[in-house]
Amino acid sequence: MEYNLRSPIRLEDIRKLRVGDIVYLSGIIVTARDQAHKRIVEDDIEPPISLENLAVFHAGPVVKIEDNRYHIVSIGPTTSMRMESYEADFIRKTRVKMIIGKGFMGDKTAQACRKYHSVVVMFPGGCGALGSNAVKRVLGVYWIELGIPEALWVLEVENLGPMLVTIDTTGQNMFNDHKSRLRNINEIINETFNSMHKILYSVK
Amino acid sequence: MVRVDVTSILVDFIRRIETRLPIDVKEALKRAYRENKDKTLDAVYHAMLSNISIAEEKGLPLCQDTGTLMFFIKAGIRSPHTASLKNKIVEAVRIATKTIPLRPNAVNPLTNNNSGNNIGRYVPWIHWDELVDNDVIEIGLYVAGGGSSFPGRAQVFKPSTGWENMVKLVFKVVAEYGVNACPPLVIGIGIGPTMEVAAILSKKALFRRIGERHDDERIARLEETLLEKLNKLEIGPQGLRGRNGILDVHIEYGYRHPATFAVGVSISCWALRRGVLVLYPSNEYRFLDYW
Repeated sequence: MEYNLRSPIRLEDIRKLRVGDIVYLSGIIVTARDQAHKRIVEDDIEPPISLENLAVFHAGPVVKIEDNRYHIVSIGPTTSMRMESYEADFIRKTRVKMIIGKGFMGDKTAQACRKYHSVVVMFPGGCGALGSNAVKRVLGVYWIELGIPEALWVLEVENLGPMLVTIDTTGQNMFNDHKSRLRNINEIINETFNSMHKILYSVK
Repeated sequence: MVRVDVTSILVDFIRRIETRLPIDVKEALKRAYRENKDKTLDAVYHAMLSNISIAEEKGLPLCQDTGTLMFFIKAGIRSPHTASLKNKIVEAVRIATKTIPLRPNAVNPLTNNNSGNNIGRYVPWIHWDELVDNDVIEIGLYVAGGGSSFPGRAQVFKPSTGWENMVKLVFKVVAEYGVNACPPLVIGIGIGPTMEVAAILSKKALFRRIGERHDDERIARLEETLLEKLNKLEIGPQGLRGRNGILDVHIEYGYRHPATFAVGVSISCWALRRGVLVLYPSNEYRFLDYW
């Protein structure tokens, strides 16, 4: 299924999403990556704006200042797995409804998503120009002292996507599907050895 | 051709690399899109190709991670630009960071302080690759993003099991870390006497055109074999399962030491941003998409 959602996100909207669905999001999103997660979770610092019912984007944008105003030049996701150790507590503390990132997240995050009715979605990595095309305005920036990539950028977006649901509010996690398919790796390596030996040792 | 100063040419070069993909990479992605049959993956490929068009039309960085800039230089010893090139590259990076703009990505490991201009100790990385007896300078630029640099590995093995361990290392890197490195991936493999030689060669391997095979018949067949077998992992675009998760495998080898077999593995994301600037004595220049 494909959905167009608005942020702040309503509970009934988030609950209908299932792993594999595609989402386009409009409304307010906030970027937060390594340092912001550490501050909120490990240092137990209250975020400067409420993230309740909003979407958080694991992203460090390229930013330009023009006429004393910030412009997002390029924005796309960073590897979400780096935030895995923080994310469950981050969700519990902030009650954020949607986490936008790259790659998959782990079981601890999936459990938090089930408990607090949140989802994790994947924005295609490397699509920074596509991402900035969806940004309408920079509404604000906090914690700029962490540097441009690590600051909290509050953005208004329109049809940010496509984003694929990888963890839904039932706690189902697409990552488990990914892990299971790597079981036959040794078989493929042995096949490669056989082909390689023919190439290396049969040719004189 | 209008003559411009070298620093401006370098800024233009950086802009070109950051905002448009080399033709061979674009073609490889389009082919992967054509061969795909899955509807979800179609959306992902479509997003990538739209991203490429938007970046090119608007002159925006393709990816928000504008990387660590790595320059590989083949310098003609009779070129009038050789002596001043390093300073001009640093100056060009400073200007490009402001004007394109690029994301500031140079962080002091001791203080975590971001320099703000992509300049710092050893950064941008400038590798004087070769001195040749002519008056032309070729400057290769590779943009090393964080996600695809993270899986980079180099290790030294016993020669008796060198080739097997090379295969194992490549599979380990791709299977464990490939998903977060933004597949479809291009894999560079280096072989040599020591780990830094192997590592440098693995990065240089990424400068070869996608689809082009090594001159040595055996290496060429090994590249094809690895490409086919690695795709059996079915990593797919963005790790979402499917064929064509690996666009190509390139191996560069140097002679090894009798007692060592060093292997380096460099991974590139689908947004393989590389190119070559060929600079003539008169300040005339041209751009190449690959070496």
